[in-house]
Amino acid sequence: MQLSEHIKDHWTEQRVFTMRVIIAGFFGVMLILFLMSRLFVLQVLGHDYFADLSQGNQVRIEPIPPTRGLIYDRNGVLLAENVPTYQLEFTPERVPNSDAMLERLLALGLMDEVDLERVQTQLKTKRRFDSIPLRYRLNEDQVATFAVRRHEFPGMDIKARLARHYPLGGSSVHAIGYVGSITESDLDRLDTANYANTTHVGRIGVERARESVLHGQVGYRTAVVNAQGRWLNEIEGEGESPHPGWDLHLTIDSDLQAAAEEALADYRGALVAIDPRNGEVLTMVSTPNYDPNPFGEGLSSSQFQALQTDPNRPMFNRALLGRYPPGSTIKPMLSLAALADGTVSHTHNSFCPGFFRLPGRERRYRDWKPEGHGWVDYDAAIARSCDVYFYELAVEMGIDNMHKALTGFGLGSVTGIEIIGEKSGLVPSREWKRSAFSRREDQVWFPGETVITGIGQGFTLVTPIQLAHATATLAARGKRFQPRLIKGQQNRETGEFVATDPIPLPGPLVASDEQWDRIIKAMENVVHGVDGTARAMAPREYRMAGKSGTAQVFTIGQEEEYDAEALEERLRDHALFIAFAPAEEPTISVAIVLENAGSGSTIAGPAAKIVIDAHLLGSSK
Amino acid sequence: MMANEALQFKDSRARSRPSLLRSLHLDGPLLVGLIVLSAFGLLALYSASGAETGPLFRQLVRMSVAFVTMFVAAQFSPSFLRFWSPWVYLMGVLLLVWVLVSGAVGQGAQRWIDLGFMRFQPSELMKLGVPMMVAWYLHDKKLPPTTLQVGGVLLFIAVPTYLIATQPDLGTSLLIGVSGVFVALLAGMRARLIAAIGVLGAAALPALWYFMHDYQRQRVLTFLNPESDPLGQGYQIIQSKIAIGSGGIFGKGWLNGSQARLDFLPEPDTDFIFAVMGEEFGLLGLIALLCVYVFIVARGLFIAVQAQDTFSRLVAGSISLTFFVYVFVNAGMVTGIMPVVGVPLPLVSYGGTSMVTLMAGFGILMSVHTHRKLLAR
Repeated sequence: MQLSEHIKDHWTEQRVFTMRVIIAGFFGVMLILFLMSRLFVLQVLGHDYFADLSQGNQVRIEPIPPTRGLIYDRNGVLLAENVPTYQLEFTPERVPNSDAMLERLLALGLMDEVDLERVQTQLKTKRRFDSIPLRYRLNEDQVATFAVRRHEFPGMDIKARLARHYPLGGSSVHAIGYVGSITESDLDRLDTANYANTTHVGRIGVERARESVLHGQVGYRTAVVNAQGRWLNEIEGEGESPHPGWDLHLTIDSDLQAAAEEALADYRGALVAIDPRNGEVLTMVSTPNYDPNPFGEGLSSSQFQALQTDPNRPMFNRALLGRYPPGSTIKPMLSLAALADGTVSHTHNSFCPGFFRLPGRERRYRDWKPEGHGWVDYDAAIARSCDVYFYELAVEMGIDNMHKALTGFGLGSVTGIEIIGEKSGLVPSREWKRSAFSRREDQVWFPGETVITGIGQGFTLVTPIQLAHATATLAARGKRFQPRLIKGQQNRETGEFVATDPIPLPGPLVASDEQWDRIIKAMENVVHGVDGTARAMAPREYRMAGKSGTAQVFTIGQEEEYDAEALEERLRDHALFIAFAPAEEPTISVAIVLENAGSGSTIAGPAAKIVIDAHLLGSSK
Repeated sequence: MMANEALQFKDSRARSRPSLLRSLHLDGPLLVGLIVLSAFGLLALYSASGAETGPLFRQLVRMSVAFVTMFVAAQFSPSFLRFWSPWVYLMGVLLLVWVLVSGAVGQGAQRWIDLGFMRFQPSELMKLGVPMMVAWYLHDKKLPPTTLQVGGVLLFIAVPTYLIATQPDLGTSLLIGVSGVFVALLAGMRARLIAAIGVLGAAALPALWYFMHDYQRQRVLTFLNPESDPLGQGYQIIQSKIAIGSGGIFGKGWLNGSQARLDFLPEPDTDFIFAVMGEEFGLLGLIALLCVYVFIVARGLFIAVQAQDTFSRLVAGSISLTFFVYVFVNAGMVTGIMPVVGVPLPLVSYGGTSMVTLMAGFGILMSVHTHRKLLAR
């Protein structure tokens, strides 16, 4: 039985197969007849109709790109707008001898070498039936020059376009970002139909992060064109209007931004100011900056190269991506945590001989003041930034508690601000060290590493936005809000305004009002106390709370090369300062990092004060 | 036995006088059909690519490569091909997984492997690999296949189809699935089972719809009704209907089609070349073209019916029917009776890789026909 089932019956198989082939053939013939009848409908019955459509003048559907939403600062100052420009465009598919024509345009001065370089890259990356801009922003002379010679350039035409323009130039560029030409790789992630005839897309910053809001909805019109493809007239009623993108209102205050940029102009660094009451980012500066306007016009690769290889790295957004050792700026957070969990009492006194030793060890951990601070209590330790006090505190707390305290303030993880690509920084812990290193002997946490973590050195790295966020949390007495750059968005057609609400985050720790009072008082003494490290800059008009930091630079980026003089400059300490004011009811909190600028209290502090002055007193002087 | 031979084989005349074609393992009628089609295609391509000789020569080079591939494929005997079928299939699946993984790492869709001198798409390999695998699986089974065996067949089809669909290349994956299903149908899969699977499939559609994301639903809707998207695929369909319709019975004449020449029709030299032919050669030209295709398919099916073993029969039948599906899907898409799937018109559209695969398939057909033994079964 089993056997007989396996014996193949070739005659039956052949018969079944032939039968199936006949059935398939029958279906095939039916389908072909169906196809032919369709051809008959199109080519015989529909011939006149379609011939009309195809003959002489023809119908072309043309997408109308939506107008990109505008970007305003918190006071309604325009940060990004669309300006009407004339640009020369062509569709490669329609221009058979494009090389000769491009030569001719060069000779006429309607293009330059930079344009040519860009066009040649776009010829390779764009589809043959997409329009490629030959030159952006033609002036009136150039428009006239082309207009009289238009017949020499079939397939090329001048189009009126809206081009993105940033009236304040490089100001706020690291927050706003810029738009750039759409490339083939963009087409993979964008809805190509909605971007038909759109030439630019948000590249970085808010322009990138809120691309979908800013872009809008494409429309189209149906037009009659002549045999050369030139637009003759529109067919009414056959089309749909585009819907413009929403306008964005940022939390940035451009006056404050300008004051901060001026204060930081001579340095590489970043400053972030946050309203501690709601997390709104009032200022976000990273210097040096750069002008975003050329990006919209198509940067040549040599221009782009120059920006990329500039040793000061203007395109690097230090506020969100720069990772720096926080130095003494983390002392307020640590000491508050120590106070809250009872590790230290505010009456505790400690003697500072100018160095610290772990019990039974030889190695000396030096204080910044070689002769020592003598007897210091809790307040004095912060005001005078006594390192020895914090070495002891660190050992008492242990690395696990310090890790908990610092991460509670949002250090070592992304803050969640709208801009894409924020770096997380690092707050070390035993667990981190176990997983970060491959060699067994490197995975052990050493007591000495706990000691230096107490003054914000060692592995600890934070970004300026994290530091500003932590400062805002101190200012708001433990109320944490996610930093935000966008205040709201407005529909241009209906006027509807949708505000973005503050996003509360869980508090960093449980501390009593008294303990908060004490830490804020201590920070006030940094600025206003008789031996505060920043007493030289104490404002008279209001009370400021602050903390200076001077962070040692241990390493230089390995792939970077500097000459000897520059190297020496880049080994200097980073200057840091955090502050908020007015101390009683803070409305602004600031964190500033200046690379290789030296002392936090003498260099970074005054820059922070300029911004706070501008905010509270309304003057940048 | 020897005496019977002359009676038993109708085409014994051809065999008694050893022809050159036969010794080269080529099939005369099929070869003539393919050459006529290629010539027709080159003519249309020259017009569709804007009367430029560059694309024409590149296509000629590809065609030569494709014909050489066909010749080489025809030299392998069906038993040799059968032996290697599972290995070809296995390698194809591994390559598909590799492409998927490396594509995921390199961000964005990737369908090909860069060999340095050329890009190779594993999905091309599977166009032949799947029907060969299914035919290999069924060749020593008692046919018609049992329900369990049909389940096995569906599994063999589903794996590569799924992998290619996630690339994402829905059009190709469906066509590859169809080529495998054809083998099962030709093997005599029972009518009741066909009906049952058909009903199950239809019932699964609403469930699938329910599990889809909104944007996926939107894509399916545009896919089914391209005219709702006048800036995307709908534009192509509108323009291609104008091109075909304005061609009339006799056409506007070679190189005189305004739709394609004035760039109203996107992709005139690849997926939409059928519309260019319709505009320039008219209804008569298109009917002639379809006749050439029908002739090729008919010859392929004839070869399949004449084949002497199960594997040859099933593979030859599936290749022929799949070829027909390619033609119908492309022509249907261009004339607006099928949704837009990126399927080129076989042997006519500009482009290389799929042509080589198709011709390798015809090589297999020729091998099946010319390796027949003189023995009675």
